[in-house]
Amino acid sequence: MPWLTILMAVPVVGAVLVALTPKGNDKLAKQLTLAVSVVVLALTIAMAVQFSPKGDRFQFVETYEWIPRFGVHYGVGVDGIALVLIALSAVLVPIVVLASWHDADAPSAKRSVKTYFALLLVLEAMMIGVFAATDIFLFYVFFEAMLIPMYFMIGSYGGAQRSYAAVKFLLYSLFGGLLMLVAVIGLYVVAGKNTFMFPELIGAIQDPTTQKWLFAGFFFAFAVKAPLWPFHTWLPDAAAQAPAGAAVLLVGVLDKVGTYGMLRFCLELFPDASKFFTPLVIVLSVVGIIYGAIVAIGQTDMKRLIAYTSISHFGFIALGVFAMTNDAGAGATLYMVNHGFSTGALFLIAGFLIARRGSPHIEDYGGVQKVTPKLAGVFLIAGLSGLALPGLSSFVSEFMVLIGTAERYMVPAIISASGVVLAAIYILWMYQRVAGGPTAEPVKEFKDLNGRELWVVAPLIALIIGLGFYPKPLLDVINPAVDHTLVSVQVEKFTPAIAEKGAGQ
Amino acid sequence: MNGIQAPTIEYGALAPMLVIFGAAVIGVLVEAFAPRYLRKSIHVPLTLLSTAGAFVLVIFQVISGVPTTAAAMGAVAVDGPALFFWGVILVLSFVSVLLVIDDEHFVASAAAVPGSAAEEEAEISGGAHTEVYPLILFAVGGMLLFASSNDLLVMFVGLEVMSLPLYLLCGLARRRRLLSQEASMKYFLLGAFSSAFFLYGMAFVYGFAGSVDLSKINDALGTVGGLDTVLLIGLGLLGVGLLFKIGAAPFQAWKPDVYQGAPTPVTALMASGTLVAAFGAVLRVFWVALGNLDWDWRPVMWGVAILTMIVGAVLAITQTDIKRMLAYSSIAHAGFLLIGVIATSPDAEGNATSLSAIMFYLLVYGITTVGAFAVVTMVRDAGGEATHLSRWAGLGRRSPMLAGVFAFFLLAFAGIPLTSGFFGKYAVFAAAVANGATPLVVVGVVSSAIAAFFYVRVIVLMFFSEPAADGPTIAVPTAATAAVITLAAAVTVVLGVFPQPVLDLADKAASALFIR
Repeated sequence: MPWLTILMAVPVVGAVLVALTPKGNDKLAKQLTLAVSVVVLALTIAMAVQFSPKGDRFQFVETYEWIPRFGVHYGVGVDGIALVLIALSAVLVPIVVLASWHDADAPSAKRSVKTYFALLLVLEAMMIGVFAATDIFLFYVFFEAMLIPMYFMIGSYGGAQRSYAAVKFLLYSLFGGLLMLVAVIGLYVVAGKNTFMFPELIGAIQDPTTQKWLFAGFFFAFAVKAPLWPFHTWLPDAAAQAPAGAAVLLVGVLDKVGTYGMLRFCLELFPDASKFFTPLVIVLSVVGIIYGAIVAIGQTDMKRLIAYTSISHFGFIALGVFAMTNDAGAGATLYMVNHGFSTGALFLIAGFLIARRGSPHIEDYGGVQKVTPKLAGVFLIAGLSGLALPGLSSFVSEFMVLIGTAERYMVPAIISASGVVLAAIYILWMYQRVAGGPTAEPVKEFKDLNGRELWVVAPLIALIIGLGFYPKPLLDVINPAVDHTLVSVQVEKFTPAIAEKGAGQ
Repeated sequence: MNGIQAPTIEYGALAPMLVIFGAAVIGVLVEAFAPRYLRKSIHVPLTLLSTAGAFVLVIFQVISGVPTTAAAMGAVAVDGPALFFWGVILVLSFVSVLLVIDDEHFVASAAAVPGSAAEEEAEISGGAHTEVYPLILFAVGGMLLFASSNDLLVMFVGLEVMSLPLYLLCGLARRRRLLSQEASMKYFLLGAFSSAFFLYGMAFVYGFAGSVDLSKINDALGTVGGLDTVLLIGLGLLGVGLLFKIGAAPFQAWKPDVYQGAPTPVTALMASGTLVAAFGAVLRVFWVALGNLDWDWRPVMWGVAILTMIVGAVLAITQTDIKRMLAYSSIAHAGFLLIGVIATSPDAEGNATSLSAIMFYLLVYGITTVGAFAVVTMVRDAGGEATHLSRWAGLGRRSPMLAGVFAFFLLAFAGIPLTSGFFGKYAVFAAAVANGATPLVVVGVVSSAIAAFFYVRVIVLMFFSEPAADGPTIAVPTAATAAVITLAAAVTVVLGVFPQPVLDLADKAASALFIR
């Protein structure tokens, strides 16, 4: 059964159907979107349970010739890393649909509601495609094409500065992508294998100088996308202006394409160049961790604050990817998933607050806790997950990244660890200002979470807590894939000296 | 011994061109003898049928086998690339003519002083210049000849036959007469200069090689010595003449003015068909005649290509008129195409890859361009087309379908994946990287990113801005205009997803390269 093709086809067909729903019947469009996204989630789960971590590296593989003239295939398949990221997308989309139920209609009723939901489904298909692609050209096509629906979602349905943010988002990503295109072409030409299939291109480039140039092309695109410091300036604007649901997908999934690309393509295709550039990337990551955290502390806008925390978190992920140890790599991958859930939850809950108060500014709130205990409670849990409290999901991944990094790079690991402290400041201080203190006058009229909102938040909180205590199922899937990646990079497996001594006795 | 040998003419090979020229002559006769009220109803089917017929003849030739020697005593090379160019030019002309049918675009009486009583009278009495149809046919015939000439003299004839009708056509816009006349005048003067350059260059090259035949010039490069200065002057002057026609910087100044002033259907024809023909000629001169001189022209071409891309992309940002913006975009695209011209390689296979990439690019760019201009013709207010960008604000709200299609064309120009424009660009860039022009490709992608900015700006304007209270109306499209837009959008989508068949076709056409 062509699982991955079905996973992509269902949302596309759904998008067409949603676009064709009669005008004025917004409710039908929303229900249809929700149904389609739930079907995709069910299909993803059905596929995921069939995935065997001990089996072939890429499973559910489909390869057809697409454009033989360019050596391009329609090649899809997933390993553990891609699988968990597809699962992340499939879980987030129905939640986002529910959360965005009124996003498109409220203040700007002139805009077409069904278009928003159709774009959302198109975006879902592309998110699945970008992680499933095993052909580098196909990956590039999705990488660029997925900008367009997101661009329209930000530009048409976002906040006051939406068109500025949308254009900035598009141009930054496009520019990075175009430089990657040069590297993609270069890879094809230099490898001379007349194919873009990723598995065949591993180890195809041997010349160190060529590797460095091509690495630079790919890495730049991914660093803009992720985003790493200093390529991050588009993210706070885009995330702050996007409607909350779109912001979740933007930060939760789209940005993961950057870190995923580093792990999948940069490391495996250009192992020597990756090792050469590791010090640089680690410096960028560490700067990003600290810088993102410090700037986040100073934010007055909740969505911008969350965006900056993400920049800090992406620093951790990139650090884990380039530490090139099994723990760090697995931790980074797990972090991609956990960050999607915890930041997604934060964005959505911030979105609920903003919908009630009509302002993203922290100073406009206060005492939310007393008026709406449930809302404040989930806000706190999501926040605590963001600061990696033990028992919540992010802790596991952050800890693994730090441990894994420390095996090789002690100093960067120690500096990064201070990011954890800063995280406590930005999250708790925000929570304190929003939820604690005297109740602000407008806050008194807040209603607590309604049924729809509970349905949005509950699965995320359940996942955050569940994965915090029992991340094993995910790690079982991720570990073999990461091991595989590191074998291609040819780094010798790191075995701590002390443990070895213990074994020898 | 009879001293004179009668020249041979391969009528079969030249048939597509002959059909077009024949129809053009009949068109002139129709103008002379048919009563006024009948003219249009004769011209339209005549023009459409002759272009379609010529296209069918091209197909026949492709099926029955491409000639391997030049036709008409070596004057016209009907080879694979020529047939591909012909096919593309004929398709683009056909769709452009479909736009011409709408009378709204052309002046009632070109000779009347703008704003005078005579003009008003002509308009009220429903006067129309049906001469546009034979003029277009002559221009198209010239394009066919220009792209397939195997000898500089014939190329010059083609150039003039193509250009002269276009100079006239530019001045026939119904609205904003003065702008249109100015465009026509500018185009004529600058065009005449560039023709003179071309002619002068040809004289120098003849002085060097003793022949205007492209292949003999190529032979002479290896045998004639001591006349390098003459050759290089000739090369430079020829280059100026040709680069003017494709609108490469620093010879691009005419493009925005002319594109803006000309009636939009004529702009569509110039932006698509003329560009294709001019690239055909550029390739013949630089690859066939001067192919072995590439060490000399390559550095200059690098400079020209880089300048063209940057000038086109950067100046487009400051434009406030949609037609001028599309003109600068056309300049930038000419720069991208020049990358392909530069991407020659020592082996034939590499050259064929570049050639096929250029041909594919020209096809997809031409079709999208005609579609984009077709959309421009539909956005109107009281004074005719509303081409000022500010008038396009909020178009997406008022007419989502049309704005959506236009946005899609713009994304294709920007080269976003899943549009035909992406594969066009990709093909050229890939060929250039394979042939060692990677730095040019880097400049190319950087200017693509700059160019994306102004394409996206129009999308922002259409979709994210509030519509103006007295915004332009969307004209109900004539069936022909609707057909053009539909066709262009369909081609842009289909070639954006399944480009392989057309790529195969281009490969096949390019495989044997140009005959000499």
